Amino acid sequence: MTTPSNMCITSRNVNFYYGNFHALKNIDMDIAPNTVTALIGPSGCGKSTYLRLFNRMNDLIDGARLTGEILINGRNIYDARIDVDELRKNVGMVFQKPNPFPKSIFENVAYGLRVNGVKDKKTIEQRVEESLKGAALWDEVKDKLKKSAFELSGGQQQRLCIARALAISPSVLLMDEPASALDPISTLKVEELIYELKKDYTIVIVTHNMQQAGRISDKTAFFYLGELVEYDDTKKMFLNPAKPATQNYITGRFG
Amino acid sequence: MKQTEEEIIHIKQAVAEMWQLVESQIHKSHQALLKYDTMVAHEVQSREKSVDSYELYIDRACENFIALFNPVAIDLRFVLSLMKINNNVERLGDFADGIAHYVITRQQPPFSDELLKALKLEQMFREVETMFALCKRALTTEDTAVAAEVFGHDHLVDEIHANAIPVLAAYCREHPEYTEECFALFGAIRRIERMGDRCNNIAEDIIFYVDAKEIRHTGK
Repeated sequence: MTTPSNMCITSRNVNFYYGNFHALKNIDMDIAPNTVTALIGPSGCGKSTYLRLFNRMNDLIDGARLTGEILINGRNIYDARIDVDELRKNVGMVFQKPNPFPKSIFENVAYGLRVNGVKDKKTIEQRVEESLKGAALWDEVKDKLKKSAFELSGGQQQRLCIARALAISPSVLLMDEPASALDPISTLKVEELIYELKKDYTIVIVTHNMQQAGRISDKTAFFYLGELVEYDDTKKMFLNPAKPATQNYITGRFG
Repeated sequence: MKQTEEEIIHIKQAVAEMWQLVESQIHKSHQALLKYDTMVAHEVQSREKSVDSYELYIDRACENFIALFNPVAIDLRFVLSLMKINNNVERLGDFADGIAHYVITRQQPPFSDELLKALKLEQMFREVETMFALCKRALTTEDTAVAAEVFGHDHLVDEIHANAIPVLAAYCREHPEYTEECFALFGAIRRIERMGDRCNNIAEDIIFYVDAKEIRHTGK
């Protein structure tokens, strides 16, 4: 059995506020390393807010306030001594819509390395290739690395963004509806990629697609009105959820 | 009402119609056997095809439900259970048909009323009919306590079935010329016992559907 000490991400009594709005209420949750955890729930339930706490994306919002603690690999990421840039190197993020930089395919992946002071050409080339391979994109782009990232299809662009996140060797990958803007084939590729990536990374994904949560995640967390209603093995959640609210949501009887 | 719920209601309606038909098939095979009534037996046989049609119709409806609605949680357990229940109900229809076939082929066997009483066929059939009625009520009301009542009745059916062997064996020793008839009758008794087993399976599947509890092969 995994004990909290060897969890990758641990949330303890987390409350989060946007000004007076209480967006997350008393969240306690442990996420084991090398697992995929799906966060589900209706729009506005707090799941994306919760995801963004893991790399302190919400810090930029005026009036945002957090109580409680979030530990990643044993360190409280809201500790005053934490270097947020270092944190974001360790906790990569992929967004709903692919957002490549207006640069070449190569430079998109190399960007994080250059920003972090890597100058050696060989190291950069090697890391770009590894990251593109890790994102299952290498074979499709290896002959056009100098071309603009905008020439890629939506699905390829999203995998490029995943490669960009992998390049700086994070241990956690956050994904906010990474396949919702993709066609079914690209979605399948991203899902297969997530399945492969969990061997090396801990992945937390927000999704509105119940079938996707069922297919790719080990654990599922259902959020509603800022509360964590239920968090359990995905198989259990989708066959026999403990809470009626979870059942109503996943079976589409909500509201 | 949500589309998923409408679809479930549609499937449940077809199930209710099929169960009513099979309930009647079991009852008529009961009447046919106890009175060796070939008229009633023919009636059972003539309606067997309808039972088969319902089975196919409900299976298709379940397949479509899975393909189009991607059910999860209670909806998934509903459709998974129903596919198994459907098969069990169809087999109940087959057993009724088999008993009807026995009555038609044997017509007037030379058994005394005392023998038929000693075999407790009437009681055995009543138990099976009660079991099926309990299953029907448990599924309609989603009441697992009602489903669990089925198991006690099945023990009685099994006892009556086990008791039939020495009774028939003794009869064969007294009337060796009727050995073949006794074997044929035992075939019909065996079908009643199997009806009980199928009702048991249905009750187990209802419990899985409603409570997500797996009680098969657990000795309950």
